[in-house]
Amino acid sequence: MFAPSFWRMRKFSDSIPEILRLQQEMNRLFSSAGESTAIDYPAINVWEKNGVALVTAELPGMSAENIDISVTDNTLTLSGIKKTQDLKEGENYLRQERIPGSFQRSIQLSFRVNPKDVEARYEKGILTIVLPRGKEDLPKKIKINA
Amino acid sequence: MPEKDLQKTENATVAEKIRNVKTFVPRVDIYETKDSIFLIADMPGVDENTVDVELEKNILTITGKVEDGMLKDHTLIFSEYEVGDYERSFTLSDEIDREKINATVKQGVLRLELPKAEKIKPKKIAIKAA
Repeated sequence: MFAPSFWRMRKFSDSIPEILRLQQEMNRLFSSAGESTAIDYPAINVWEKNGVALVTAELPGMSAENIDISVTDNTLTLSGIKKTQDLKEGENYLRQERIPGSFQRSIQLSFRVNPKDVEARYEKGILTIVLPRGKEDLPKKIKINA
Repeated sequence: MPEKDLQKTENATVAEKIRNVKTFVPRVDIYETKDSIFLIADMPGVDENTVDVELEKNILTITGKVEDGMLKDHTLIFSEYEVGDYERSFTLSDEIDREKINATVKQGVLRLELPKAEKIKPKKIAIKAA
């Protein structure tokens, strides 16, 4: 009587991606518990695929020249200036929620990166940085001598 | 800076969507010039095809649709922000000339120009000597 029917089974498998996402979400919530992130701007997401790390950040309304990206060893530094609209005399803000100013943030990666291989794009207000793992940092296979 | 100012705010008042995505409130600046009111909204991830500006009666609604932000074949290993749609409404007064509203999107920032109606613009009245 309590055995799940086929109909239910199918429904369950349909919801697996959803469950995985929920789990990720929970991990995300708890992993940041107790940490102060007040000065961490911009917020970043980090992705991984075949030893290549991908960092994305939401930085709306910047120009590419105003974003500085530097990489040394295993540290990625993002900095830049968010500018405000220059208002002329007689013009005034009714509401100002977008925060201007400069920012700097360093992110430590779990591997060394060759700065030459780093690529970055900026589109639709989203910055994407591709960071391949440096060749000298790849695990080496050690041959056993007989 | 307080933490909440750096994080995206979820829009709790918006009606539930069919697509399973969160909806955020875009942060806006509004400023006034002699001829117009400008509204600038931060909506990272949208472009001219995915942003919508609608004016119904005197409610101006801006919406932006964003793909769920999941990258194919990649694993998310660390996450500080979420990706979702944007929605926010404003009530306009009658002083806006509805026909001449102008909208542009650049690098995830929506910029709306709301020109003031001709009859509302301050006019200098010349005084003639009697």
